Amino acid sequence: MLSKAASLGAGDVTGVIVGSGVEGLAAQAATYGAATVYVADDSSLEAPLPQPRIDAVAQLVADKGIETVLFGQSILAADIASGLAARLDAGLNWQLTDLTSDGGNLIGRQSALGDSVLVDVGWTSTPRIGLFRAGAFDPTEQPAAGTVETFEVQLQEHSLAAEMVEQAHAEESGPSIEDADVIVAGGRGLGEPEKFALVEDLARALGGAVAATRAVVDAGWYPYSAQVGQTGKSVSPALYVACGISGAIQHKVGMQSSKTIVAINKDPNAPIFEFADLGVVGDLHQILPKLTAALQARKS
Amino acid sequence: MKIAVCVKEVPDATAHKRIDPGTKRLDRSGEGALNAFDANAVEEALRLKAATGDGEVVVVSMGPERALNSLRKALAMGADRAVLVCDEGAAGSDLLATSRVLAKALDREQPDLVLFGQQSSDSDGAVLWAAVAERLRRPVISQVAELTLDGGSLTGKRQTEFGYDVIRAPLPAVVAVADSINEPRYPSLKGIMGAKSKPQETLSLADLGVEASSVGAEGSRTEVLGLSDPPPRGDTRKIEDDGSAADQIVAFLTEKRLI
Repeated sequence: MLSKAASLGAGDVTGVIVGSGVEGLAAQAATYGAATVYVADDSSLEAPLPQPRIDAVAQLVADKGIETVLFGQSILAADIASGLAARLDAGLNWQLTDLTSDGGNLIGRQSALGDSVLVDVGWTSTPRIGLFRAGAFDPTEQPAAGTVETFEVQLQEHSLAAEMVEQAHAEESGPSIEDADVIVAGGRGLGEPEKFALVEDLARALGGAVAATRAVVDAGWYPYSAQVGQTGKSVSPALYVACGISGAIQHKVGMQSSKTIVAINKDPNAPIFEFADLGVVGDLHQILPKLTAALQARKS
Repeated sequence: MKIAVCVKEVPDATAHKRIDPGTKRLDRSGEGALNAFDANAVEEALRLKAATGDGEVVVVSMGPERALNSLRKALAMGADRAVLVCDEGAAGSDLLATSRVLAKALDREQPDLVLFGQQSSDSDGAVLWAAVAERLRRPVISQVAELTLDGGSLTGKRQTEFGYDVIRAPLPAVVAVADSINEPRYPSLKGIMGAKSKPQETLSLADLGVEASSVGAEGSRTEVLGLSDPPPRGDTRKIEDDGSAADQIVAFLTEKRLI
């Protein structure tokens, strides 16, 4: 987001980091195009709850005269952006995949109706708020690093009402799917949890990470840390192999920016075949072991 | 215990969804239905009402008059009452304007708990609750996969990218439930027959004291500028496995220099 904002040339870019123990991130953020990075580092901001963050960003927007607030989409960011819109009487556009500047007037590109139509959206006043799909932009390091400033947040009473009793921690097993160049993902079509071994074997042969759909994570077949889709992670690897995944929109939004998609599914009408570069209609229980063996044979 | 469930009428799942190039709004001329994700919120409200032994479940919506048909599905499931804000002046409202209207309608109801479904199936929106909570100045928890009430507070198990957070908040509060929270019941025949006679109130913007200029297209802060078709995703190739699929995949990956 920082790199994209900087590339628009539509004014100074400000980065905002809110949390506890986050000061170390500021220097890093400053290298991606932010002229200034504002940091609110406070123990009361540790839990990833949206409302204290609305206070923080609203305060900065007012104090610094910020005209546009951009977020990379996540469950937390969506709640912050929406609350901020109400607080600031600002327009919010979401599911954005691009942003352009037309003489300082910003135009967002929104992917709508299950990605069947692209909508150019605007804001009729400032501040403008935008939520961008993960993986929409590539980061580019900038020659001149920005400065880092800290600020104190005044929290509102209702923002402090919710409290984190127990915070989720990412379960780490194998390479992280967000950083992986190759991802092999499994869905309901595997039939039973034990069959995830087929996916893991193929991932190993390709040197990739394993991902899963929400359906199989909900069913307890695979851990949350591997979930790709609307309520999971968004990934954009060089290769995404979808095994037994129908390609419902909730999954698609998390992986459609993958460079190459290979899908194996026994249902010839599965929506995933509409956007897979290579679609294979067949029984994955037959195909996956053969594919893994062929890749292993190739390596040795 | 009074629970308000914010729901929306969306185009029926079987209808082909399109944006009208003239109005640049979603074409809602076809068959409408209760947003499927909202049924989870209605179900959860009914479950909580049953668990607490007393209380009222009221469904709140904004939309054209025909949206009452969709609200009746919630009544048929067991909700007690429906409130529809129905005003020409509210047509074309964006998130900001919609949250203004809903917050006013909720202010009037003064519920202990406001529930939302996970998202709307037409606009793929999954944000409205946070704007409403901000206007009501109430705590908000979204993506709640498990909800328990404990006297004056609630605890929500929130589904995130990293696992589950457990968050507690005092009532009154706003909660958006994940669709994994429950399996919505089907309305019984008796429920469907009884729904027609349950209270169904239609309110205008004036009834709520909402300025017409603060909602609808005029009160919105976003606009649709144009529509276009998404670019084709390059060549999509589809093959049927005749026993050689694994070899064909290897050949494809080699051609793309991925292995």
